[in-house]
Amino acid sequence: MPTTLYWVLSDIWVLTRRNLLRYIRIPQLLVFSTIQPVMFLLLFTYVFGGAIQTPTGSYIDFLIPGILVQTVMFGSIQTGLGLAEDLNKGLIDRFRSLPMARAAVLAGRTLSDTIRNCFVMLLMVVVGFFLGFRFHEGVGKAFFALALTILFGFAFSWVSATIGLIVRNPETAQVAGFVWVFPLVFASSAFVPVETMPSLLEAFAKINPLTLTINSVRAFMLGGEIASSLWQSLAWICAILLLFIPLSVRLYKRSA
Amino acid sequence: MDVQSQLPIFVENIHKSYGKVKALDGVSMSVKEGSIFALLGPNGAGKTTLIKILTTLLSPDAGRAFVAGFDVKENPAEVRKRIGLAGQYAAVDENLTGFENLEMVGRLYHLPFSQVRKRALELLDQFNLEDFAKRKLGTYSGGMRRRLDLAASLMGNPKILFLDEPTTGLDPKSRLEFWEFLEELVRQGATLLLTTQQLGEADHLANRIVVINQGKVIASGTPDELKSQIGRDVLELHLQDKNRVSEVSRILEDLGREKPYIDEDSGQITLPVIHRTRSIIEAVRRLDNANIEIADIFLRRPTLDEVFITLTGKPL
Repeated sequence: MPTTLYWVLSDIWVLTRRNLLRYIRIPQLLVFSTIQPVMFLLLFTYVFGGAIQTPTGSYIDFLIPGILVQTVMFGSIQTGLGLAEDLNKGLIDRFRSLPMARAAVLAGRTLSDTIRNCFVMLLMVVVGFFLGFRFHEGVGKAFFALALTILFGFAFSWVSATIGLIVRNPETAQVAGFVWVFPLVFASSAFVPVETMPSLLEAFAKINPLTLTINSVRAFMLGGEIASSLWQSLAWICAILLLFIPLSVRLYKRSA
Repeated sequence: MDVQSQLPIFVENIHKSYGKVKALDGVSMSVKEGSIFALLGPNGAGKTTLIKILTTLLSPDAGRAFVAGFDVKENPAEVRKRIGLAGQYAAVDENLTGFENLEMVGRLYHLPFSQVRKRALELLDQFNLEDFAKRKLGTYSGGMRRRLDLAASLMGNPKILFLDEPTTGLDPKSRLEFWEFLEELVRQGATLLLTTQQLGEADHLANRIVVINQGKVIASGTPDELKSQIGRDVLELHLQDKNRVSEVSRILEDLGREKPYIDEDSGQITLPVIHRTRSIIEAVRRLDNANIEIADIFLRRPTLDEVFITLTGKPL
């Protein structure tokens, strides 16, 4: 069925492009979605950084992997928000009445948010460089680190899409987004070594998909043992995609 | 061939509930090719639910619905290729230009590349939006958005068009223009199903009207059939001296088909009448004889409120 596949890809591309055009038309959106993570980076480097003891090296080297994963996590909240907005404006009704691929609206949304995440992430790396961050393991592993970060954000975009389709209201989607993202981000190895946490929290942090992903990214960037955390991170990503893609598509089909 | 595959729209005993609320409670109807069909009813009557079922957005709990000869439940993909939908809110992307909006919808209709551009420009021209084609929607008025929304629903050259309260929020001038667009579409061979809360709109546009209330069809027919069935013109009268309303009501009692309806606060009297001109002349003559000053007197169509009182015995 090559023609069918052609139209599925075409539909996804049309919607991805439509979502990205928004950032070109309202550049402020991109500016503000970049300022916030940069502020986090500065906040942790200069305000908290001095007080946090990291196992090895400088705090900025420890921080960048965490901040990058945190950035794509926060970015994924936008997926649910955008879908809730489209639902409210009646755009989803229009899309659903068209002879287009059923999953294209969701795929287009998660893909465009992933592309935006790439842009913000690369910008963060550049800012990090100015603050003294360096890749210690060469270009190849640096690439894997960034690819894993983006893949992780893509998976969570589908979680966010599911939430957006359930709450159906942009404001609620935004608030609901922070409710699940905040605990995951802060009860992880993003900003501090998890060993410093109380034991219960530490236990949670150790199985937190963010911790596992951040540890892998850190190992790719700074050196150290990669395999075990990488497999666990990839397992989380696969599980999230396998669960939330069908779930959100199902919700989308019934979203009238 | 059976009847459902010949008609553009055929609906048989459709039921749909949201929890305990029965949105549609056994609706049946059919629409002929090349006609305008109006669903008339108050908010919450089930109009939008029916549109959503016919455009494959919702699945009915029971009953059958065919659009362009295809069962909406069994064969939604075939239905979608043949319909256009303009929903209750102008479903257009604020961040795109008018042209980009149409281009997007055209590509999602899977039109050939060369046709998308041509068709988009054609529609922008037809809907008097060509000067705004390259402008972002932020600069569009409500009427222009509506027009763009309708243009988008026409990108795929649909034979059957669904319009959910298409003129809500339009000023009278834009509404008239919009009606002309719709009439032109039907002249070109399209079949239209539209919903409205305004009797005047249904009267002006539709070949057939179905009145629905609480998920049930309570009247149907051509506008003329309905008018004789659900109420004639109404004589509305405002007095200079509000204290004399009951006196006036007595004087005019035998003039209408029903007793005059009095609003004590505003001094307004309404009366459904049978003979248009004769009743207005007679009313003026009687009141003049009784030396009662009239602030305003005119004939008008019954409002949907009044139609509903006639049909259901209770107000909306």
